[in-house]
Amino acid sequence: MSGIQRARPKPVNADSKFEPILYLDGVSVSFDGFKALNALSFYVEPGELRAIIGPNGAGKTTMMDVITGKTRPDQGTVLFRGDFDLTKMDEAAIANLGIGRKFQKPTVFESHTVFENLELALAGSRSARASLFFRLKKIQADRIGSVLETIALMHLRDIQAGALSHGQKQWLEIGMLLIQDPDLLLVDEPAAGMTDAETEQTAVLLKDIATNHSLVVVEHDMEFVKSLESKVTVLHEGSVLAEGSLDTVQNDERVIEVYLGR
Amino acid sequence: MMRRGFVLPYLTGTPLGGRILIGVLVLLAVLVPALNLAVSPDSMLHVPTYVVALAGKYLCFALLAISVDLIWGYCGILSLGHGAFFSLGGYAMGMYLMRQIGDRSVYKDPVLPDFMVFLNWKELPWYWSGFDVFPFAMLMVLLAPGLLALVFGFFAFRSRVTGVYLSIITQAMTFALMLAFFRNDMGFGGNNGLTDFKDLLGFNLQSDATRAGLFIASALALAAGYLLSLFIVKSKLGRVLVAIRDAESRARFLGYRVEYYKLFVFTVSAMMAGVAGALYVPQVGIINPSEFSPANSIEIVVWVALGGRGTLHGAALGAVLVNFAKSYLTGAAPEYWLYFLGALFILVTIFLPKGIAGLISRAPDSRIGITGIGRRLSQFFARRAL
Repeated sequence: MSGIQRARPKPVNADSKFEPILYLDGVSVSFDGFKALNALSFYVEPGELRAIIGPNGAGKTTMMDVITGKTRPDQGTVLFRGDFDLTKMDEAAIANLGIGRKFQKPTVFESHTVFENLELALAGSRSARASLFFRLKKIQADRIGSVLETIALMHLRDIQAGALSHGQKQWLEIGMLLIQDPDLLLVDEPAAGMTDAETEQTAVLLKDIATNHSLVVVEHDMEFVKSLESKVTVLHEGSVLAEGSLDTVQNDERVIEVYLGR
Repeated sequence: MMRRGFVLPYLTGTPLGGRILIGVLVLLAVLVPALNLAVSPDSMLHVPTYVVALAGKYLCFALLAISVDLIWGYCGILSLGHGAFFSLGGYAMGMYLMRQIGDRSVYKDPVLPDFMVFLNWKELPWYWSGFDVFPFAMLMVLLAPGLLALVFGFFAFRSRVTGVYLSIITQAMTFALMLAFFRNDMGFGGNNGLTDFKDLLGFNLQSDATRAGLFIASALALAAGYLLSLFIVKSKLGRVLVAIRDAESRARFLGYRVEYYKLFVFTVSAMMAGVAGALYVPQVGIINPSEFSPANSIEIVVWVALGGRGTLHGAALGAVLVNFAKSYLTGAAPEYWLYFLGALFILVTIFLPKGIAGLISRAPDSRIGITGIGRRLSQFFARRAL
């Protein structure tokens, strides 16, 4: 990724590039006695594209909530780049650390234009004072232009985001993640509600993004997961049931029993 | 009138309604005092002093409405307690005016206001000291509402109190303040509040010239408040505010500290409301705890909704129109005023979601243009008919 560099706290450990970018160990969350996550442990390597699948209620979205600071785990460790304890930080701090998140339901700023949506997501200072006196620089405008090309929304740049189709909103949200320039992207069901052609395009887009970002994709749609050609983690009842290539997990007895075989 | 890019580069995008507002304010600030002071009372063109005071009051309400629109229209913070900030600004000004009375009061005490003498107080409470100095009092006009908003907002926004819950606690805040200010022990004149003002910066408050001066000050404050709000909403910060209004969690996950943004705009808004209150008090001649009453704060929201939420100039227009109607109707048919206000609010909410400003502006979205009204009417009745 070229473009605007952001000042981020540097990890203390100089060897951290050999560390997993995301590391979860023994993470448990319960809501009113229901264990949404049950000693969940897994890790993602830098630059990896990882698909996470699992039946409804397996804890996929809760896992995203824990990583992005929306939900505090009852116990367990969540480390980013080996050094940053995400369980102690709030959403904004985690986002500024370099973790981007796409929601299951496309969430864009509907009364802003496509361009303004990307401008708001653009990497840079998030302080109120900086925002009050912000002027868009040429290099930043160019960056927005290049992302508009990537997500194929250039011709709609001055349209209010609320007027976009469902699929276009999904891409805009992915574009907002891209321009935020995070090290790790969490993407929740990007293909939900999309047409087949849109789904295909989305897979291409995500694979393209994965060439220079670490990416975790939560997905229901098996065809879509197959097209990502990535390592797959299967969640069940809040913990990891199986991990490996899609073929491996699809042939796993327990996976067939709880999920695929139904 | 403003020329493009002339006053401030940021304001080149001043909407048509805003330009009209500024133009009208400049015109009023010159014409009203001139027609009051320079034209003989026998002339048709003479503006009587009571009209000057009334119009000045409307301008203060317009500023108050803009302060509410800034947070409600652009950041989705529906404050039902903005009357509290207005009143605090008013009390700060009232305290200055009380100290200016000196020994011209009924009890002739050179320092203590009458109500303190009456309560048998021997000396001025500590929080009244300094209010005889005009710059200090003006600082308090900003700081008292500003600090309350800062502290209140800090806890409310940090705890992520939003929506109707926030509205309810703002309402509780102004109600609590009303009860507190009613108490004589508070040292703000209790039930009667502060009144009997004599002069401001040495100018007699009863004189026509002072009234005209206050009117001009109100027009200038309104223009300044409008331009400041416009500057905020046109900046990227303004776009972040709208982003927070429309998708708060998305803004958080992009790394924006939502609570700081809310706190900033809430505090600015409270200070603007305080200035409006400070200009209001010398023009009406009294400030008492009823200004804190929850109904007052709700009425402000009605002005904004009616004028056009999220437009700034629409809020100012709504405040003036509703208060004009109020002045007229409470005289002509006092028993119907509240029904009228309620009906107006309901009709505007259903048929004019963007208020009067949305009706006037050449909106490309025909749902809210003049042509759209017929369609909305038919849609409304079609739904009823189902």
